[in-house]
Amino acid sequence: MTGAPVRAQGPSIGTGTLKDLSRPGRRASSFRALDVPGTEVPEDLARRGRAELPEVAERDLVTHFTRLSQLNYGVDTGVYPLGSCTMKYNPKVAETAASLPGFERVHPLQPERTVQGALELLWRLERALCEITGMARATLQPPAGACGELTGLLTMRAHHTKAGNPRRRVAIPDSAHGTNPASARLAGYEALRVPSDARGLVDVSALERLIDEDVAGLMLTNPNTLGLFEEEIERITGAIHGVGGLVYYDGANLNAILGRCRPGDMGFDIVHINTHKTFATPHGGGGPGAGPVGVTESLVPFLPSPMVERSEDGTFRLDYDRPESIGRMHGFYGNFGVLVRAYAYVFLHGADGLKEVGERAVLNANYLASLVKSVFPLEHPSGRPMHEFVSTAKPIRDATGIRAMDIAKRVIDLGFHPSTVYFPLVVEEAMMVEPTETETKETLEALAAAMLQAASEAETDPDLLHEAPVTTPVRRLDEARAARHLKLRW
Amino acid sequence: MRFAPHTDGDVREMLAALGLQTLDQLFDQIPPSVRLNRPLDIPAGVSEMEILADLQALAARNRSADDLVCFAGAGAYDHYVPSVVWALAGRSEFYTSYTPYQAELSQGVLQALFEYQSMICELTGLEVSNASLYDGATALAEAVNLALSSPGRGRVLVSSAVDTRYVETLRTYGRGAGYEPELFEAEDGRGGKPEVAPDVACVVVQHPNRYGNLEPARELFGAAHTGGARAIQVFDPLSLGVLAPPGDLRADIAVAEGHVLGNHLNFGGPYLGVIATRLDDVRRLPGRIVGETVDVDGKTGYVLTLQAREQHIRREKATSNICTNQTLMAIAATVYLGWLGPEGLVELGRQCAAKASYAAERLTEIPGVEPLFPGAPFFKEFALRLPEPAAQVVDALVDRGFLAGVPLPDADGQALLVAVTERRTRAEIDALASAMREVLS
Repeated sequence: MTGAPVRAQGPSIGTGTLKDLSRPGRRASSFRALDVPGTEVPEDLARRGRAELPEVAERDLVTHFTRLSQLNYGVDTGVYPLGSCTMKYNPKVAETAASLPGFERVHPLQPERTVQGALELLWRLERALCEITGMARATLQPPAGACGELTGLLTMRAHHTKAGNPRRRVAIPDSAHGTNPASARLAGYEALRVPSDARGLVDVSALERLIDEDVAGLMLTNPNTLGLFEEEIERITGAIHGVGGLVYYDGANLNAILGRCRPGDMGFDIVHINTHKTFATPHGGGGPGAGPVGVTESLVPFLPSPMVERSEDGTFRLDYDRPESIGRMHGFYGNFGVLVRAYAYVFLHGADGLKEVGERAVLNANYLASLVKSVFPLEHPSGRPMHEFVSTAKPIRDATGIRAMDIAKRVIDLGFHPSTVYFPLVVEEAMMVEPTETETKETLEALAAAMLQAASEAETDPDLLHEAPVTTPVRRLDEARAARHLKLRW
Repeated sequence: MRFAPHTDGDVREMLAALGLQTLDQLFDQIPPSVRLNRPLDIPAGVSEMEILADLQALAARNRSADDLVCFAGAGAYDHYVPSVVWALAGRSEFYTSYTPYQAELSQGVLQALFEYQSMICELTGLEVSNASLYDGATALAEAVNLALSSPGRGRVLVSSAVDTRYVETLRTYGRGAGYEPELFEAEDGRGGKPEVAPDVACVVVQHPNRYGNLEPARELFGAAHTGGARAIQVFDPLSLGVLAPPGDLRADIAVAEGHVLGNHLNFGGPYLGVIATRLDDVRRLPGRIVGETVDVDGKTGYVLTLQAREQHIRREKATSNICTNQTLMAIAATVYLGWLGPEGLVELGRQCAAKASYAAERLTEIPGVEPLFPGAPFFKEFALRLPEPAAQVVDALVDRGFLAGVPLPDADGQALLVAVTERRTRAEIDALASAMREVLS
């Protein structure tokens, strides 16, 4: 396969913005005739002059946004092997379900007896997520993973505050996603950097030396950000508990261990889940997400308000009577429409299917790694990768000057979305690859062939890589200019 | 039902290539002591038709705004969502894509967000918008964090007429950020006198406010500026065809619940957090921002810009922890604002205001029903004092086919907030008035 995986179809007229299509007097909207007397707002608060929105016909909207969609790559276009992003196939039945009027057209402040189905869905999903993670209860309110992190850290803070001292620092591995330290700061904590050892795992001895009773807790993914399982996880959680801290599980990599092991059984106290990763809710070009947070029994009182409870008569209600709760993380109950999709995914798969998801994700990552590692060596070859692997393009850079980003751009010209590059930050020329379980063996082989071809061309025809991509709607963009000459609106 | 495509033969061949015999061997590095040695206690997987039947049964136990005539508001409104919005925002190249890190493969999402930012600026009269936040309440929390960046200013004054859920969200975020929102009393459902001392970072006003009332916004924002604080306005995007935009009112930061822009009620989410501010504060804005630039051939294109503000670069020094936002909702809002156009925005605003005014007249003709704040100007939503507990009245009206509004905690639980969008007809308003008259008699 060659040629960019995205390309706009149709005539090339009107390739600018919607504003460029605007003509005075054109219009798409229509309303029923006003059947009550008109009114005026007080003059001092009235708008003077109209908002200059584009004036376009509905036909213009359709051709414009259809063209834009064609400029965009999605999971439906093909394999999307962004490491740490878990871009797996998004089941269509989940979309059908979420657009049922009984979900989509429900107001959040209706009387509880008119939303029993919605509340029961949330209640059942919460229980399933608790079973999957080994937690006692969960809030479904956080609208994304990063908000889940803040929710979990505020819960941690509430726990320590009740014990008399909120403490000052949260330990975070050097390979962690940037949201971890950013969330820690928002929760009023300083980030304490935990080093990795030569195996790519937490340096447990260093951790034990670093922590004291000023440490509120540790944030950790497992498998970690290098795609490796923290084999000494019990020693790690034990060390944190030993200083009275709590251990936070960042659910970014939960996909790998579904049905095999649970954060609760490893000693974690707080867990967030990214539903768009583990449970295939579509990522929407950057959102919406959902970031449910589960906790152990003793932390339940601190979870956000309201929680969904089942009354003795079998009806469901929103419980606001939570005096120790950290409060509210969202205007209503979180991204309900996303949670409907997560529910569909969890119960479609069931216990057996979820375990298979993890197995196939790990199988695919290992198989793909085996096909490319001779050229893109694993950063930590001693450990078996789980759902993703981190390779490095350092040998290629050292030999040819071609960098990981050049490889990625050439892979685009060869018809694929490339892997994540330059993350984790602790790995030079990192290429972080996560094919997910929904790709076929043939797709993995074709992707590997493209990566290997790009590597080989680094030696034989480096200009192909320097110039890449050449088949896309735009080529490499000047990011420095974008930041220097800010143009953020038309 | 499963989506992993592997045949038994595939699994065998792939394992063989790895030198393994069983899938279990892939997990050998997990210590036995932490393995789950039983199946998850979740029912076995089902077929697509079974899961859909299950979800349809759950959905059928909700009453929707399709079968109840919706006068409920308080931050979520039954505005019309034209067919074209989700026909386009629902294209899977948009909804199944990731955050646009590979710009060459993401020009569709990036340009749509650039257009979103542009239209939010047009709408608000402010200079910069980001590419979305989670919802209105969390957008306010982010706006307050932005205002707190001024040295020596750590206090947050909030009108008591700001949505109580927004204030609760601030209180939660404030636990980490180190502030406690301080309420100043709105007199008769609007206004009030914020005491803007030199340590105040911002004054938060919702206009129209949580009672639906219009605020003396210029005076309140003037008071904020006199004290050297930022003025933050919580606004209603669909009021801005008829009401002066936040920029004209001299708000420094404007935030909104943007679900009204082409997004469905969705039982409260996914919604859309809108934030716009002045250019001076662009480097303090949270979240993604899209900028226009050129490629190596000089062709116009779009990228995520000013990323040095963000968590993946700045880590603990970032302006916010936000990563995933509500991009798809912002794309829907972009299509919707294109559908609406300048004239549609005005007409929609006029229809809401006229219908709300008519509804208030009809409902206050019912004996015992009075305006909670007589004479206060409002836009599309107004507060009533009922002769009985509002929750009971709402409940009784459900059986007559209406979501009559949202009970307020004010007036000992006898206050009701009624919202009237462009969707409602004179006949529906008259029918609500008749039904409420019956219920109260």
